[in-house]
Amino acid sequence: MNAASLSAPALRCDNLTLGYDRHPAVHHLSCEVDHGALVAIVGPNGAGKSTLLKALVGELKPLQGAYALGAPRERIAYLPQLSEIDRSFPVNVFDMVAMGLWHQLGPLGGLNRGQARRVRATLAAVGLSGLEQRPIGTLSGGQLQRARFARLMLQDARLLLLDEPFNAIDARTTEDLVALMLTWHAEGRTILAVLHDLERVHRHFPQCLLLARESLGFGPTASILTEPLLLRARRLAETFDDHAPVCHRHPAPEVA
Amino acid sequence: MAEWLFAPFADFEFMRRALAGCLALALGATPVGLFLLLRRMSLMGDAMAHAILPGAALGYLAFGLSLGAMTVGGIVAGVLVALAAGAVARSSILKEDASLAAFYLISLAAGVLIVSLRGRNLDLLHVLFGSILALDDASLLLIAAISSVTLFALALLYRPLVLECFDPAFLRSVSVLSPVTHYAFLVLVVLNLVSGFHALGTLMAVGIMVLPAAAARLWTSRLSLMLALSAVTAVLSGLAGLLASFHADVPAGPAIVLAAGIIYVASLVLAPGGLIGARLWRRPHLEF
Repeated sequence: MNAASLSAPALRCDNLTLGYDRHPAVHHLSCEVDHGALVAIVGPNGAGKSTLLKALVGELKPLQGAYALGAPRERIAYLPQLSEIDRSFPVNVFDMVAMGLWHQLGPLGGLNRGQARRVRATLAAVGLSGLEQRPIGTLSGGQLQRARFARLMLQDARLLLLDEPFNAIDARTTEDLVALMLTWHAEGRTILAVLHDLERVHRHFPQCLLLARESLGFGPTASILTEPLLLRARRLAETFDDHAPVCHRHPAPEVA
Repeated sequence: MAEWLFAPFADFEFMRRALAGCLALALGATPVGLFLLLRRMSLMGDAMAHAILPGAALGYLAFGLSLGAMTVGGIVAGVLVALAAGAVARSSILKEDASLAAFYLISLAAGVLIVSLRGRNLDLLHVLFGSILALDDASLLLIAAISSVTLFALALLYRPLVLECFDPAFLRSVSVLSPVTHYAFLVLVVLNLVSGFHALGTLMAVGIMVLPAAAARLWTSRLSLMLALSAVTAVLSGLAGLLASFHADVPAGPAIVLAAGIIYVASLVLAPGGLIGARLWRRPHLEF
């Protein structure tokens, strides 16, 4: 987790186990993601996909194992699921998006002219020109997601963690947002995105991590999204035992 | 008319002090109340106002009507209950509103009981309804100091507080300030409730925080304007309440809160976000 030495991978998980109340949501995950990779995280509901992203941004402590990020904290951007925003709060689109510059502005700094221009240019890039002064409560779901993408772009991160970025978004908006994501990929940023649309994963994501509380495979998309593996994923995700025994698979010492 | 408006304040020092107290509360407590409202924590503010009572009452039991003892007791009790309610909500099956309601009833009962132990009804009235018309130097200074601290703290915390209100996940992802902001805000709530407690009493303290804020929310959707509008509303309520109290010889605390309530109800009907107002202010819709 120390400052980026470029030799380290963008993300390395080492026997990582995450969970709530000792019940693992992600079990013994080990993987290595290269800089500039575009990875889809796929798996049924409850497979631990969101949990993994939460842990990577530090919202959840590992139960066991560790992970290392190849970028400093302020170069990592996280897009949680849409539902976590209070849309009735009185704030306009420009102000919301401008907060993507938090690492330059901090809690007190004002926007200079160049930064204000950058915010407007980014709003234009996501197709929200002219809506700068609108309260966020008046945006449609797709427009709000565009605004969140704009904020994400201003964060200028090297590692982007996207949690279901295209969920409940119409086809046209999804096409635009996917195009934006592909330009970030072309700029050499590392992207991990949780997705449910397997067809889209096939089309745009070179790599894929299939998760069903444990990793069922990580590699080139075509070799991972196979019928037998997907079937296994569905079965694994459905088991939850209140009285599950203690796991002894990797009797490594507990992390502090 | 001018006579009716100004004479009470020109002629009587206690009215001037009361007005100064209202002004300080309007500048400090009301903006905090607006954030309470926007975070959907109005009821929590109400519960915490009652939670202050047993602390203040213990201070009263030990030292009588001493400003310092009741203030310290109130602040300690308020902070404890705020933390306890949060902890209960996180780690038991009760939701936060249920645990707050429980704490609030317990606190109110305990507070009234403790004050009665020393046994003068006048003191109980003072604790429940405040003493805005009898503010001495020390109380006035305390209220003014709390308002000053609040204004500085809100200025410093404004940006993280706004983010914490509408997109806490984003704030957590870019900054470590999220918990700092949350707890600093709770402390501000408790401080201002204590200051409201001295002026308006435990039952009315939240009134001057939340009612002007709710009225302002109905008139605008710009936060900066909303903050200004809520403070102005609170000042006007204070003025109107004090005048009504003076001329009609009614208790000042309830008169002030009722004045704020009248402005709120009027806004509820007339404002663009209100009941009739939505039709009153409707302009023809645009082509696109």
